[in-house]
Amino acid sequence: MSAITRDEVSHLARLSRLALGDDELDHLAAQLDQIISAVARVQEVAAEDIPPTSHALPLTNVYRTDEARECLTPEQALAAAPATEGQRFRVPRILDEEA
Amino acid sequence: MTGTERSGVEGTGQAARAGGSGGSSPQKDTAELVRKTAAELGELLSAGEVSAAEVAEAHLDRIAAVDGQVNAFLHVDRETTLAQARTVDERRAAGERLGPLAGVPVAHKDVFTTTDMPTTAGSKILEGWRPPYDATITARLREAGLVILGKTNMDEFAMGSSTENSAYFTSRNPWDLERIPGGSSGGSSAAVAAYEAPLSTGTDTGGSIRQPASVTGIVGMKPTYGGSSRYGVIAFASSLDTPGPFARTVLDAALLQEAFSGHDRMDSTSVAEAVPPVVEAARHADVDGLRIGVVKEFAGDGYDPGVSARFDEAVELLESLGAKVVEVSCPHFTYALPAYYLIAPSECSSNLARFDAMRYGLRVGDDGTRSAEEVMALTRAEGFGPEVKRRIMLGTYALSSGYYDAYYGKAQQVRTLIKRDFEAAFEQVDVLVSPTTPTTAFPIGERADDPIAMYLADLCTIPANLTGNAAISVPCGLSDGLPVGLQIMAPVLGDDRVYRVGAAVERALEDRWGGPLLAKAPAL
Repeated sequence: MSAITRDEVSHLARLSRLALGDDELDHLAAQLDQIISAVARVQEVAAEDIPPTSHALPLTNVYRTDEARECLTPEQALAAAPATEGQRFRVPRILDEEA
Repeated sequence: MTGTERSGVEGTGQAARAGGSGGSSPQKDTAELVRKTAAELGELLSAGEVSAAEVAEAHLDRIAAVDGQVNAFLHVDRETTLAQARTVDERRAAGERLGPLAGVPVAHKDVFTTTDMPTTAGSKILEGWRPPYDATITARLREAGLVILGKTNMDEFAMGSSTENSAYFTSRNPWDLERIPGGSSGGSSAAVAAYEAPLSTGTDTGGSIRQPASVTGIVGMKPTYGGSSRYGVIAFASSLDTPGPFARTVLDAALLQEAFSGHDRMDSTSVAEAVPPVVEAARHADVDGLRIGVVKEFAGDGYDPGVSARFDEAVELLESLGAKVVEVSCPHFTYALPAYYLIAPSECSSNLARFDAMRYGLRVGDDGTRSAEEVMALTRAEGFGPEVKRRIMLGTYALSSGYYDAYYGKAQQVRTLIKRDFEAAFEQVDVLVSPTTPTTAFPIGERADDPIAMYLADLCTIPANLTGNAAISVPCGLSDGLPVGLQIMAPVLGDDRVYRVGAAVERALEDRWGGPLLAKAPAL
């Protein structure tokens, strides 16, 4: 029995914002199935009542002091942008309807 | 673009060789300089016997001569490097008090941002990107007077164990050019092993410093998590990513670690505790009375007989040096690998969401008809390589509702159990030892399309990432002419302890071999 279906893989690609072709999805489906079956070994461990660890060290969040500091200029921040307009990032349309 | 820059490397090499024939520094001096350790170079520099510019030039010439075979560097820029070196010489001439590594060159893994060189993380999605700021480690090493030789190749976004996942090319192992130099920091390990750089930086998320150090016969250290700043290090799995040093000696690795360590207010997970005295520890190579635990679970099937033999000999050596050796069981360590391949992809799927084609990097298909979401999906499909896509998909799966408890949640519980295994072990012993990786360097191509086989390279290194412990790999011999590494693990903030043990092993083995292991590598 496979751990993951081809349809699920296609759905994951959409969630992951990856426009993958059919060949790539087929290839990935087989590999993900293999990997998920292997990593499912974690379920063998008796872990009832074991608290989860999300981080290596027990750190608490830190806040910086609320003071002005040097930061990037607009020119620096925009320097690597694929497209800009004035002092802004220019992006493709984000709404479905035509403007 | 990076390809063009690489051909630039060869171009400057020819120019350098032409210039060398009429220049002031004879070929012999150059060859000697690149074989010096960082500590030796530091002393020569502070005594004024050599300039930072001469040291940089010697290494740039070495890169020009051998990197066509080794492929360690993604980016080398002779003029930028020499200008940095001249600045260090001027600072020294002006009487500035400089640190022990001032004027010593370093190669940075291409995951550390550098304002004067491109930063790609081995990915097409960042091809040609010029970061607007330096990583904290980059900035601290500049301030300490280290000279950046260039940016080294890596598996894309640090995902891999061979550099075969680099979007640009595969780096080669200087011991055998048909074999992998390890990964993900394989360009950094190859550069140091090939005498192209005395020092380099890497990042270790599941073994990406220790495994490449092991298979190239050099020293690689994963500091305690939070002991080295992640600011400006392109993120893979933030709860695991740990920058660290590569060097040819234990002392050199300690000098580099000390130079970039210390609390960083720009990294919210940076530890506030004082930097462990790693340099002092590396100079006091003494294990007399130390309790050393051999991890029982990291042996047997899947381990090369040569790796096991060199490891057993290293343990005997430690015992002969006065250490008390006991076998220790860490029963959950065998679950570290599957837990890691749920946790790391989960964090990566979240971290790599920032590559959205909007603010920097590649943008594909923006023809005025497509939506931002379509452009994003096209860009990510074209800009990411197969392993990165696999991990994003795997992480998205593990975090999705309905599977979260069975996979990610379970992996986090395993993480707790591994932490408890470490805690129980460190009640009995001061350090734990194991082989760094189960095999020697495998041939390029052997595991390239078999993710599960590739993942096994990190079997022994992953536990220390899941719990944040300090761990080092030091050379412990050869198996069929290829290097084997000894892994030494200590508790969190016990970095000095692994340096102390590593230095003792190094000293005893060099006495036995009559010099460093790397001296046995074939000439390039």
